[in-house]
Amino acid sequence: MSRAAVVAWNTFREAVRDRVLYNLVFFALLMFAAAILVGQISIQIEQIVIVTLGLSAISVIGLLMAVFIGVGLVSKEMDKRTLYALLAKPVRRWEFLLGKFGGLLLTLVVNTAAMAAGLFAALWYVKHPLERGDAVVLVAVYFILLKLALVVALALLFSCYTTPLLAILFTAGLYVAGLFVNEMRDLQSATMAPGMKAFLRWLSYLLPNFSNFDVMAAAAHGRAIPAMLAAQNTAYAALYCAIVLAAAATVFSRRNLK
Amino acid sequence: MAGASIEIENLTKDYPFGFLHLKKKRSLEGLTMTVEDGEVFGFLGPNGAGKSTTIKLLMGLIFPTAGTARILGKPISDIEMHRDIGYLPEQPYFYDYLTAAELLDYFARFFDLTAADRRERVERMLKKVGLETARKIQLRKYSKGMLQRVGLAQAILHDPKVVILDEPMSGLDPLGRREVRDIILELKRQGRTILFSTHILGDAEMLCDRVGVIVGGRLRGVGAPDEIVGVKAHGMEILFEYAGGGGEPSRLLSGATRTGNRYRLQVEEGELYATLEQLRGAGAKILSVTQVKASLEEYFMHLVEADRAQAAAVEVYGK
Repeated sequence: MSRAAVVAWNTFREAVRDRVLYNLVFFALLMFAAAILVGQISIQIEQIVIVTLGLSAISVIGLLMAVFIGVGLVSKEMDKRTLYALLAKPVRRWEFLLGKFGGLLLTLVVNTAAMAAGLFAALWYVKHPLERGDAVVLVAVYFILLKLALVVALALLFSCYTTPLLAILFTAGLYVAGLFVNEMRDLQSATMAPGMKAFLRWLSYLLPNFSNFDVMAAAAHGRAIPAMLAAQNTAYAALYCAIVLAAAATVFSRRNLK
Repeated sequence: MAGASIEIENLTKDYPFGFLHLKKKRSLEGLTMTVEDGEVFGFLGPNGAGKSTTIKLLMGLIFPTAGTARILGKPISDIEMHRDIGYLPEQPYFYDYLTAAELLDYFARFFDLTAADRRERVERMLKKVGLETARKIQLRKYSKGMLQRVGLAQAILHDPKVVILDEPMSGLDPLGRREVRDIILELKRQGRTILFSTHILGDAEMLCDRVGVIVGGRLRGVGAPDEIVGVKAHGMEILFEYAGGGGEPSRLLSGATRTGNRYRLQVEEGELYATLEQLRGAGAKILSVTQVKASLEEYFMHLVEADRAQAAAVEVYGK
């Protein structure tokens, strides 16, 4: 097993033992209650309600985990000095970072997969049998995971050089800004100086574009999601994560551990 | 001695502080020293002297402002060198959700060992540090002394050629300290090179081939414990028992230190025989006569006091 994979497995084990996955109980209760409630209403919007509620919950719970655990990935190890003994082993700092990233991502994948199973169970309860078109919900879940990977990478970057509180603010701020990237890019105002327009346009390309990952409406209405969008989002998330992780490794490799 | 395992040359470390980190505090200044193959080297100094800073620099946890260091002939920036180094951090803290066996297995995975080899080593190490019965208890339930033992086990898990221990006796009871001393001596017998920092001078005197004394970020002396304090005798110490009766050696008793009915008396070498005669005449039973040398502690305290005096002088001058 590579060194990064060893760190990743331990990070996953930490999340499991710290009872992070207990959030699944909350999600299960939410889906259970929603399915019963929607089943009683029965006005042909069961799928829309369940899918929207389920995907929203998966996204919010995933985001909370990605931000709050992500900012502690490095800072917690430095504060508790658990990192000292680890970096005394033949482990490069970038391998440690990659492992922490991979470990939290694995946690999120397991968590999201379990929540997706819950969502499909609730969907089955209100409209059984499931249809072939319901598979689009899986694509929406996959996009949420891509989004979460990006958030973890950003949280990890900020965690490398600032306090957890500031890292939370920076990550959350970038996430919110990233939701409005398309609006920023298309912002045209007669009164705006040309320099400002150019600056906003550049900034919109620099910021992570989180709005691309939002296909909740299409999934709720059972509309197909183009394969090209899936490919583009995958490539975008992979490239953006790689750049952010490289920046994190550069910052962290020069950091003095006091 | 075949050569130097650790070579340090002009190692200097400044820590920035203040708003915008524009001010700098020098924590280590121009440290130059070597630790020879197979020797036990004690790094002595009061708290804040620069011992841990030096060790962290050697382990690549912090980066030098100036100077260089090599371990086993390789620069400290070479991470592969860590295969041959064991390190115990000061007041170690490990992943508290793991058991001791899990932690050791986790660390062993970084050394490309087979599963069977890992299992064997983990068991051997737990036995060596006396934790085999606590192997399945999560580290969050461990005492400070037990954590120190786990720390020692992870430091020597991979049979390193060089072992660097930062305050290995800290937090241990007398029994634990004895066990750590035994482990250090065993490592020495195996031909390992050991560098350990401590402010417990008795341990250093007992274990070290050589010691280095660092005060205020500067190395003040290096050598064998006997050598470093000088072999010049300070006088003679007579240990005797006196239960009263006989002649009254009142002048001598007033200058002696009493423990029960035993007395310790220090006299100049030239006065020894006359004093012994007087004591015998008074009915005292002479138990031993030993030469008094400066201890490492006296030498150490002398350096620390001199450093404080110098710092105070600089402060007064500055005002």
